[in-house]
Amino acid sequence: MTTRPFIIAEPDGAHSVNLLVEGMHCPSCVAIIENALKKQEAVLAARLNLSTKRLRVTWTGPEALGNTWASLINGMGYRAMPFDPATAETAEKKEEKFLLRCLAVAGFASGNLMLFSIPLWSSDSMEMGAATRTFFHWVQAAIAVPAIVYCGIPFYRSAYKALSQRKTNMDVPISVAVILATLMSLFETITHGTHSYFDSGVMLLFFLLIGRYLESRARGRARSAAHDLLQMMTGFATMLHENGTQETIPLSEIKEDMVLLVAAGEKIGADGVVIAGESEIDTSLITGESQPRAVQVEAALFAGTMNMTAPITMRVTKAGERSLLSEIITLIECAEQGQAKYVTLADRISSWYTPAVHALAAATFVGWMMLGNVVWQVALLYAATVLIITCPCALGLAVPVVQVLASGKLMRAGILLKSGSALERLATITHAVFDKTGTLTLGKPTLTSHHSHAQLCLAASLAAQSKHPLSQAVMKAYAGPLLPLTVTEIQGYGLESGQVKLGKRSWATRLDDDGENMVELWLAEEGNPPVRFTFADQLRTDAKTVITSLQSAGIKTLLLSGDRQEVTKNIAQALGITAFEGALSPIQKTEKISSLKASGAKVLMVGDGLNDAPSLASASVSMSPASAMDITQNAADIVFHGDRLQPVLTALRTAKFSQTLVRQNFLLAIGYNLIAIPLAVAGMVTPLIAALAMSGSSLLVIANAMRLNARKG
Amino acid sequence: MNILLYLIPIALTLGLAGLGAFFWAMKSGQFEDLDGAPHRVLRDDDEAN
Repeated sequence: MTTRPFIIAEPDGAHSVNLLVEGMHCPSCVAIIENALKKQEAVLAARLNLSTKRLRVTWTGPEALGNTWASLINGMGYRAMPFDPATAETAEKKEEKFLLRCLAVAGFASGNLMLFSIPLWSSDSMEMGAATRTFFHWVQAAIAVPAIVYCGIPFYRSAYKALSQRKTNMDVPISVAVILATLMSLFETITHGTHSYFDSGVMLLFFLLIGRYLESRARGRARSAAHDLLQMMTGFATMLHENGTQETIPLSEIKEDMVLLVAAGEKIGADGVVIAGESEIDTSLITGESQPRAVQVEAALFAGTMNMTAPITMRVTKAGERSLLSEIITLIECAEQGQAKYVTLADRISSWYTPAVHALAAATFVGWMMLGNVVWQVALLYAATVLIITCPCALGLAVPVVQVLASGKLMRAGILLKSGSALERLATITHAVFDKTGTLTLGKPTLTSHHSHAQLCLAASLAAQSKHPLSQAVMKAYAGPLLPLTVTEIQGYGLESGQVKLGKRSWATRLDDDGENMVELWLAEEGNPPVRFTFADQLRTDAKTVITSLQSAGIKTLLLSGDRQEVTKNIAQALGITAFEGALSPIQKTEKISSLKASGAKVLMVGDGLNDAPSLASASVSMSPASAMDITQNAADIVFHGDRLQPVLTALRTAKFSQTLVRQNFLLAIGYNLIAIPLAVAGMVTPLIAALAMSGSSLLVIANAMRLNARKG
Repeated sequence: MNILLYLIPIALTLGLAGLGAFFWAMKSGQFEDLDGAPHRVLRDDDEAN
């Protein structure tokens, strides 16, 4: 891998490079990577961002050292890829920062407005003196008007966009109410009136911005999915000319029928077939299978997978845009766009609420003009009051407050909620589709054969020197002291220490293949018959209970797997799943889900492989275990930790209860409006009543949502 | 009530100073890695330079 095009020249002859690091599991990975780099003499600074998984290394010395850092990190079991930070700073990220700035301004403004509002509310013009009141109103105007102009931008923009498409959303009544409240307050201030509504407008924006910002942060993580995937496609490949000369070319210049050399430890740049050499390929990126796949001449290779053990020569069959990896990226992007069309409950309600409220305000104005015998200013004032009192504070909070509390509660249970509307979508599912490896099973091989302590001890002492998944499984099965052995790892075959061998059947022993197709290791020792260690992927301990609970809750369960039909069938039968299908490509999986959705089903997809990422994105709602690839986690709405499947049920229950609470909140907010509106129409509402009623209704909604925390399970 | 003429500007200036400090912190990248920062404080491998 070459980092050359990504290296930035720093002052004093230093260089720096940005790397995207995959495969970090915990905060201590940050320390391990940073310390390993800082130990290098040339390195001036290394800083790894845990949130974005981006590492910046600065060093003195030649540019070529950039490759050394990348391979150092790769050698530690992570995957580092260079990237260009300029392209990484997306428009969405900027929007999120803008929201945070708006939130800060709104917080400052509403805090300071309160300083003036409290004396104004607790007195009248007799007690305070008209001059002081007017002065206070002007100070409030000076704080509130710039704040409302600036902090309201996200709402005005969204309202304008909806209106220009002849639709309405929650932001339309919010914008109208805020603008009207400000104009009316300015009018009151200029005419030396008793009351102003500046505080209500700013406070409303402040509360709503909190919800808006949290939602945007959650979404931001999901959005980077396709972007990270594209990073996999940057880099270089070694091309072999017909006359035998080699040339390094960028991946983007690979064409069909080119012959590429892929060294051990190198990423495969395009889809193709092996024409010379034998090796093992880590296909976890594409299939989610942890077990490396052995390839020989004629075997198919996919872009983005890693050549593990020996150099191979390949012929390109599909390059760049048409490779399987690119197809997966396109599928994810299409599916995510489709998902954006989901209309949330809040938007559905606002589609009738907004016209109703605005018609009511118009009727108030016309009514007072025709029947009330008042000047038009007063009639307009009453109409504006109607809009402000129906100001959707409680309505606007009804959903976000439940979402924030629910995601906090789920977070404590090890479930990370990434999309705001995921709970809403989860509560209505009719079908649950599961992937097999890594989802229903743990995705890690476990030792299934039984051995004497001495055999295990010997095997573990050899295995301790290797990072291979099977070696790790042997280590896990053994607890005790290890023998001090000098072990050499023969890439692609096994481990060797003197006369003792642990590895492939054909290498460690002289036995012929018995065609049993088991995942196995052989331990061969001079003078003793060879011992076979067998491994199998294990079901998550509670998989059966969870499937049964889902089925008894009336949710249809399906198993869609990329693995062989027979293995899929065994797992499905063990779990009591009647609908199953194996040997599916990522595209076929996505089609299955789309056809289910087309028939009216609401589909939950639970999966972990990159091959699941498009299906996750196209399902109504999706979950993925934290052991999954980063990209897959990004594509999922919900990510759960741990070795159990129980979080699927926990999330479902929380989602159902949250939706009940959201509905109650809407009823409370609308009920409050039913009481307040007649008063406003009758012209009997003062700003104090408006402020009390508004915060009262908001508190009621928040208190109702708190019941989520009181509930167990 | 003349004291208001001093107190109001003082209150607003303090508030604006806080807001300014927040913007500065945002701009200097202090909110870029909210997940990593809480763990960094627990590492005692700082070098003496």
